Amino acid sequence: MTRETIGGNICFTYIPSEKFKTGFFSAQMALPLTAEAAGRNALLVNVLSRGTVRCPDIEALGRELDLLYGARLDPTVRKKGENQLFGFVASCVDDRFLGGEERLLEPLTALMGEMLCAPALEDGRLRSGYVAGERANLADLIRSTINDKRSYAARRLLEELCAGEPYGLSRLGTVRDVEAITAEDLDRHYRDVLPRARLELFYCGSAPQDRVREAFSAAFAALPRRGALEPVETLCHPLPEQCRTVTEEMDVAQGKLCIGYTTDSEDRMATRLMNSMFGGSATSKLFTNVREKLSLCYYAGSTYHRSKGIITVSAGIEQENYRKTLDEVNRQIEAMASGRWEDWELEAARTSLLSGLRTMEDSAGALEDYAMNRAVTGAESLEELRTGLIEVTPERVRAAAEALRIDTIYFLKGKEAQ
Amino acid sequence: MRQQAYPRLGEKVSRRTLSNGLEVVVVEKPLYAKSYAFFAARYGGMDLRFRLGGQWQDTPAGIAHFLEHKMFDTETGSVSEAFAKNGAVDNAFTSAAMTAYFFQCTDKFYENLRLLLECVSIPYFTKESVDKEQGIIAQEIQETEDDPDWQVYEGLMECLYAVSPVRIPVAGSVESIRRITPQTLYDCHRAFYTPSNMILVCVGSMDPDQVAAEAEAILPKEGGEAIERDYGAGEGRAPARREKRRVMEVSSPMFLAGCKCRAQETGEGRLRQSIVGDLACDVLFGESSPLYTRLYEEGAVNSSLGGNFDQLPGAAYLYVGGEAKEPERVFEAIIRQARRLGEEGIGEAFYQQVRRAAYGRMIRSLNSFENIAVSMAEGNFQQFDYYRFPEIFDTITKGDVEAFLREEIVPDHAAISLILPAGGPAIG
Repeated sequence: MTRETIGGNICFTYIPSEKFKTGFFSAQMALPLTAEAAGRNALLVNVLSRGTVRCPDIEALGRELDLLYGARLDPTVRKKGENQLFGFVASCVDDRFLGGEERLLEPLTALMGEMLCAPALEDGRLRSGYVAGERANLADLIRSTINDKRSYAARRLLEELCAGEPYGLSRLGTVRDVEAITAEDLDRHYRDVLPRARLELFYCGSAPQDRVREAFSAAFAALPRRGALEPVETLCHPLPEQCRTVTEEMDVAQGKLCIGYTTDSEDRMATRLMNSMFGGSATSKLFTNVREKLSLCYYAGSTYHRSKGIITVSAGIEQENYRKTLDEVNRQIEAMASGRWEDWELEAARTSLLSGLRTMEDSAGALEDYAMNRAVTGAESLEELRTGLIEVTPERVRAAAEALRIDTIYFLKGKEAQ
Repeated sequence: MRQQAYPRLGEKVSRRTLSNGLEVVVVEKPLYAKSYAFFAARYGGMDLRFRLGGQWQDTPAGIAHFLEHKMFDTETGSVSEAFAKNGAVDNAFTSAAMTAYFFQCTDKFYENLRLLLECVSIPYFTKESVDKEQGIIAQEIQETEDDPDWQVYEGLMECLYAVSPVRIPVAGSVESIRRITPQTLYDCHRAFYTPSNMILVCVGSMDPDQVAAEAEAILPKEGGEAIERDYGAGEGRAPARREKRRVMEVSSPMFLAGCKCRAQETGEGRLRQSIVGDLACDVLFGESSPLYTRLYEEGAVNSSLGGNFDQLPGAAYLYVGGEAKEPERVFEAIIRQARRLGEEGIGEAFYQQVRRAAYGRMIRSLNSFENIAVSMAEGNFQQFDYYRFPEIFDTITKGDVEAFLREEIVPDHAAISLILPAGGPAIG
């Protein structure tokens, strides 16, 4: 993996690989996540994806992509630590499988450049019809997060746990903010943010670095560059004074229990390993005890939010098992903190994380996500992760568990439940 | 092992049928860090009534899925623990016509392969563990009851089919799984988990001969009796009902509509039909189609609109769905467009463009080891070689797709399943 600057505040990450059938690209603006701009950025990328000067509507864009052997070019909006990334991910079949002289890389990167730098306009501004259409779609999309109860509950927990911090914001903004954006606002925002935000470019595939660099440079030659709006460092979540509980009612058959813990430890490697043992796999403490031994739920797992210093637990449970599950989850944290585990549990978690690092190299999408995470949140290099995980001792794992403080509980319960 | 190269795909595959009838397939992927093994039985949610030893048996809905959950239990504990110790990640799924067990690892491949072959071929069920699993699966079923994507699909299957077991949810119901006992599980395992009813697909840089040797050493020497399956009396083309509505906690109306299509015989014709059906979806409502563009620009649909052509034993259907303010109107427009294209023909340039994209997508899908394994297994169960798709692609004409639209996508064979938001129609 190499990373270079190829223009004013434009960074290019390149990963050579012969193993995939496709080449994988991304081009994203990276900037701090704020309540004011989150919705605008999300809307902007969707409006930009409606058409360019050369391919002014989705039918023309569709034709262009079809002719590139079903190339994909999709808008993306992500939260990485307390930064927002928005732009496009793209992929196309490798030239090797086309049996001719066709080249797909240059036209596809050119189209990515057009999407960001040369959108379809009317009277010199972003098209108001596209803004109105995408505004309605984005508002619907934000509303639809309620459809998947598991991820809805996980997001609600983060909102409550990190209230007042950028990390608690949705990557898409709120329905209210999005619905208030006019075409004029968005056009102004586009012209304000595009020249300033850092542009992150990524490629993984079989093409040589020079060819990709040249294609990207040509594609983004028209990108105006002035000023520098850099991603920010993510601040750790402060330790809680006391545990807060938030309950919400909905007409659902299964309850969703989510618990947020804040860590008082700066030992990120040990916390990563501890989380994997605690709730990161099908042999974790949570899965084996809460699901398998006690049949309290269908799923139970935990996630380590490295940049924020928090761990979140998520479980789907019978309504009446709320207290029992909560107690059992806390009991498992205590077990971790007092070193009540077998050696193999630690070694299995370590092997699984190390194996995960290696298999990441088998997925261009996973590599891209990791590379962008590293670019904006300063995550460890793959080598640092490998050696770091190998060095973690049982005592450090125990200490990492001991450093957890229960912070916020979120419970989504059925209407009939008590 | 017989090795075959597929130059148009840049792939090499070794195959052998063992003396017990097990099909062993090894797809070479030398550059990858991971190795993958996939062990599947031709047995799924549809296989509820079958004849074994001259005796017809009726089994409770959800039993194939229940069995899948219990196979990772062994006399010495959960095999997942053993996989985890080797750094392998294991999983399993049950679909309408297949149950599959698989793992991915970066080290100790053969050790993991032996674990997989042993745990799937040696059943171990106790009353206690079956009772406990009933609790876990009941929770899983309850979660699907809150999942609108799942519910809208189940609704469509109930509409389209009157007798085919396709209409029964793969996981069964909280009531049906209560009837499952250790004995029913043992019976179904003995019937369906026989080498001649299974396939082993490995993807990675393993040695094909050693894979075959491991399978021969661990699995039974005898293949097993042929199983006769009852999927109900032949279905007519008319749907069982036209429409099903359900009210749920969703933000806007969702739909899944479909047409019941003629089911193909096994063999390469089936792969061909699946490509023709997918091309029909692309020209009808694909992202570059004129109809999709119009509906999207009107705000009648959003980017969630999508669909596919699916084939199961004795059943085939084309479906399309997503979020829409007026789902019925969207589906009517699709049916009308099918009729227009079927009668007036698809524009030549548009057809060529869509065809090129579809081919690229099939190549792209070979990035996924799981896609490869599932396609290989389906091909084996339905008697075709999936990797021959480039050659089959060459034989498909615009006329084939037009005929499909004319004959298969007609109102008389259509039904729609709707999920409506609680508290009335959608806001804004």
